[in-house]
Amino acid sequence: MKSPTLSLLLSGLLLAGGAHATDADHIRASHAWIRVLPGALPAGAYVTLENDGEQPVALRGAGSTVYAEVMLHQSSRAGGMSRMSMVDALNVPAHGKAELAPAGYHLMLMQPNAPVKPGDTVTLTLQFGDGSTLATDFIARPANALDAGDGHADHAMPAMDHGAMPHGH
Amino acid sequence: MKPRHWLRPALLFLLLAAGLLLGGCHRGEPLPFRLTNISGHMPDLDFKLTDDSGKAVTGADYRGKVVLLYFGYTHCPDVCPLTLAQLHVVMQRLGPLADGARILFVSVDPARDTPAIMHAYVNAFDKRAVGLVGDARSVEALSKRYRSAFTREPSSADGTYEVSHSSAIYVFDRDGRARVLATPSASQDDLVHDLHLLLDTGATP
Repeated sequence: MKSPTLSLLLSGLLLAGGAHATDADHIRASHAWIRVLPGALPAGAYVTLENDGEQPVALRGAGSTVYAEVMLHQSSRAGGMSRMSMVDALNVPAHGKAELAPAGYHLMLMQPNAPVKPGDTVTLTLQFGDGSTLATDFIARPANALDAGDGHADHAMPAMDHGAMPHGH
Repeated sequence: MKPRHWLRPALLFLLLAAGLLLGGCHRGEPLPFRLTNISGHMPDLDFKLTDDSGKAVTGADYRGKVVLLYFGYTHCPDVCPLTLAQLHVVMQRLGPLADGARILFVSVDPARDTPAIMHAYVNAFDKRAVGLVGDARSVEALSKRYRSAFTREPSSADGTYEVSHSSAIYVFDRDGRARVLATPSASQDDLVHDLHLLLDTGATP
């Protein structure tokens, strides 16, 4: 039951797909990790996103089959106070990168449906501005970890403010 | 007898100088801290709270230990764990000396943080960390004592909420006297340096 309209539509979509890759096609995710806290306490997830495209890409949030709720958050400090607030999107600049790192942007993961232990891998599906998604494996790390543990940064002598700057490395 | 006239005031001066030096030693010579020195500017460690084993404790229970006081809450997935993880690294760098120090993590979220939750939380970071809870008034009293603050933010639709809180770490010597203040942007090397001064010296027996 092939209708000419459908074929036309399909080839049109294919053409469009070839000409315009989705946001997710331009994003490379690395150093993805989750800081696991005891019990069912909310956890923070961190990842570095690199955009090889000509256009900025907006990270809107993420979904998970393990956590009931995932929110894009930003920690900030002002006047000696630490605050956390929800943000709508994080911009990954064209030919640039954005880091979700401790004391900055992070994904807050709430209500796990099963205990997540250090060493586990949890897949989070990152969602971008155009609706495209990118399934990314996050490694669960102990509460007192400072990074993904993949040797990405030298932590022989980490500064107190490590990770405070989104583009520190 | 000219020499005597000259000797007396000189001796007097020497005695005075020696007395001043001794007095200085007795009260503890100013330690060359690298972090913000708050000696004499903040009150001694004092509170009435409950520790993570459910025992009632006061500031006096931690005399003899160098105390790192930090306010936070367990439903804080980013900044509080980062600070506690960094303090764990600091403790590791101190080696066996760290046994003379305690991290006191005071919950600013009395509604959700129980001793049991606090126990699991602090022990995930460092075995020398103690979680302290108390009713809102006791926690506020301690917070105000150090010109610190916390605010419970409005709840979201699902009933969850965040608590904004001071990010500073207050360091007390073994006598419970406030000595230095570390902001989150302070260098870890400086914190290790200042803790060495407080843990090494006999200034605070």
